[in-house]
Amino acid sequence: MITAAVPEREDYLNVSHGLKSWLLTKDHKRIGLLYLATITLFFFLGGVFATVIRIELLTPGGGLVSSETYNKLFTMHGVTMIFFFLLPSIPAVFGNFFLPMMIGARDLAFPRINLLSWYLLVVGGLFALFAMLAGGVDTGWTFYTPYSTTYSNTWVIATALGIFVAGFSSILTGLNFIVTIHRMRAPGMTWFRMPLFVWAHYATALIQVLGTPVLAVTIVLVFCERVFHIGIFDPALGGDPVLFQHLFWFYSHPAVYIMILPAMGVVSELVSTFSRKAIFGYRIVAFSSVAIAVLGFLVWGHHMFVSGQSLFAGMAFSFLSYFVAIPSAIKVFNWTATLYKGSISYATPMLYAFGFIGLFTMGGLTGLFVAALGIDVHVTDTYFVVAHFHYIMVGGAIMGYMGGLHYWWPKMTGRMYPEGWAKLSALVIFLGFNLTFFPQFILGYLGMPRRYHTYPAEFQILHVLSTAGASVLAVGYAIPMIYFAWSLRYGKVAGANPWGATGLEWKTASPPPLHNFDKIPVVTHDAYDYSTVVGEAVEVG
Amino acid sequence: MTEHIDSIRTYALVLLALLVLTAVTTLVAFVDLGEFSVVVALAIAVCKMLLVALFFMHVRHSTKLTKLVLLGGLLWLVILLMLTLSDFTTRGWIGVPGR
Amino acid sequence: MASTLQEQFDTEAQQKDASTLGMWIFLITEVMFFGGMFTAYTVYRRAYSDAFAVASSSLNVTIGAINTAVLLVSSFTMVMAVRAAQLGQRRTLILFLVATLIFGGIFLGVKAYEWNEKFEQHHVPGPSFHLEGVPQQSHAQLFFSLYFAMTGLHALHMVIGVGIISWLIWLARQGRFTAEYNTPVDIAGLYWHFVDIIWIFLFPLLYLIDRHLPK
Repeated sequence: MITAAVPEREDYLNVSHGLKSWLLTKDHKRIGLLYLATITLFFFLGGVFATVIRIELLTPGGGLVSSETYNKLFTMHGVTMIFFFLLPSIPAVFGNFFLPMMIGARDLAFPRINLLSWYLLVVGGLFALFAMLAGGVDTGWTFYTPYSTTYSNTWVIATALGIFVAGFSSILTGLNFIVTIHRMRAPGMTWFRMPLFVWAHYATALIQVLGTPVLAVTIVLVFCERVFHIGIFDPALGGDPVLFQHLFWFYSHPAVYIMILPAMGVVSELVSTFSRKAIFGYRIVAFSSVAIAVLGFLVWGHHMFVSGQSLFAGMAFSFLSYFVAIPSAIKVFNWTATLYKGSISYATPMLYAFGFIGLFTMGGLTGLFVAALGIDVHVTDTYFVVAHFHYIMVGGAIMGYMGGLHYWWPKMTGRMYPEGWAKLSALVIFLGFNLTFFPQFILGYLGMPRRYHTYPAEFQILHVLSTAGASVLAVGYAIPMIYFAWSLRYGKVAGANPWGATGLEWKTASPPPLHNFDKIPVVTHDAYDYSTVVGEAVEVG
Repeated sequence: MTEHIDSIRTYALVLLALLVLTAVTTLVAFVDLGEFSVVVALAIAVCKMLLVALFFMHVRHSTKLTKLVLLGGLLWLVILLMLTLSDFTTRGWIGVPGR
Repeated sequence: MASTLQEQFDTEAQQKDASTLGMWIFLITEVMFFGGMFTAYTVYRRAYSDAFAVASSSLNVTIGAINTAVLLVSSFTMVMAVRAAQLGQRRTLILFLVATLIFGGIFLGVKAYEWNEKFEQHHVPGPSFHLEGVPQQSHAQLFFSLYFAMTGLHALHMVIGVGIISWLIWLARQGRFTAEYNTPVDIAGLYWHFVDIIWIFLFPLLYLIDRHLPK
């Protein structure tokens, strides 16, 4: 199709021009794209660290980097990926861009605070980058005391300050989402007409708001301890290092749900759209998001079974951890039930949704292993745990992120991505991911500890498989970067609703106008009511 | 949204109550109540908090949502305190072998 | 006068509702922020109650009580300022904001005096720390570490509050607030009262609860 001589329609991308119009924008859509660019850079950086780690682990002796450098590499891989890619990823990019559109609002409640939160992430990221360039940090992303406060001679404070500042970015995003969902819904958009993506982000925002401040104060205490040696976490002065772990995991366990809940929201959208059916048990899926957010705050001690924590607290935390399985399983079962007798199309976003369901299930089930007090003593700090959380964070969160990126790309840019390449890369990512991380389950169960750069020779075959998988995975992530860039100029022009989806974001032009809708919609139907989109073009099937 | 404007008299009475409670808590602190000293001090602090929140922060005229937000925040503080203490209070219950 | 309604909102009421809710949620994040400190305090007070009792009793309770009263009065003047704003009384508004500023300043001044006293008495954590009557100096030092961290963070919030109120006075002098539009005064009031509430708990926890124990 060749389009020519059509007068250009005004949208959020061409309404104003120049660097200043982007850096001072209050438009949630542009801020979403600023986040997209920022976190893509950090994803690349974290990927570089991962690459060096995997190359180092090819041989049992380890010869590429010293043990000190290796400590810094896995620390900086974790810090970059968690605090500067995964935590902002879906909420700050797609949440920012689509949450207001999905509830029929012109913008978030506090656009200036929204822009501020992006700047905070950038400033935090610069602190962390400075620390990495100046010499790195070697405490592990968990900053356990007293190593981080007393013994480490690396850039702990600069990195911690970066995380502190980025934390406020996360808090402000969550605050903005909660107020927006409560106060900015379009006429007729009742709570139980909201897309499940919005419900998931509401639950995520609760965690951001309730959990992140505790991380912030923990960092303040680490800072004081390191600078003034006040003894709060130093056993020599009567302090208790385990208190640090309590405060740290009070945030950092729920933080895992900041990463996975938004991905679950994306998957709910994808599963419904590409099977053209309402989500089975809509309400229970909505409530399960909130349940995960709440239960997530009651289980943090399961990270501390071998820390010296009381056995009784360990038993309580182990017991409580099992409750998280209930809402998680509800989601998986309900997505599966939605597929039943649906008219399923295997477009790329749906492939990622399938990938998510499978990999998240594996990550979740192995989570039951490590939540069990007895088994965890055996696998603590082994590759079993590493594999478990990568199945959740990469197999879950990043699969959701990639699915969302493909699904909403036409809406964000007005262009379709090339479907063939996209399907290929989705397949490559899925295979590469499993080849990388499945051997790590076996490695861990056999006793390979995490955070070591040398290992007994009999583990080499599994490490080689893992490194080979990582190479495949890298190719899988590189292909989309290329074709997304290509599609900006050469991609097929997308219609308003290329997937025949029901969300309000598809009821406006692609790319959307500055204030999202020419006229604020009045909502009269439930989410996922496909009778409202009968006859709308489905471009990919 | 209708705005409630309380009288100066109400605010002045609340201030008076707060000052009296401050005096009471300070004086009671010197009386030996054993374990209950902490309980009394915190109970008075909670009363003062409620006075400030309900009157000065207008919570008594606020929406249900505001009240829910407030209760939710306090509940989360309790979760943080209680689950952390579940470790520190039970650590000594069984000895460590070999120590 | 320029419209005070921002483009993402439909009505002034919606805008005010959103701002108020936003401030309340921010205050909840503050509860959790101080909550981490309160947790650390609870854990160590439980572990080292004897040293904490002696250290706590070394604080000047008279000054603490007076300062508490000063802060409560500042909350009263703040709520009067909010009331004046709601009634559209500009002069009264400015008067009470200035009064709040003064009482807040007095509180900070007294706090600075107390801290200075700690320096002179060697009650500041560090190499020269010493407190009479405690066998384990490091445990008493933990109390003072927490004392400085908690009162320090509280004072930081006060300083921010003083800045906000100064800004409000400047806006009020320009006649920016009316009986219809006074949201900034309202939510600044919420913040100020919240900082007051934090002190309402810090005062008994740090100054009072072990007073009754025999010296």
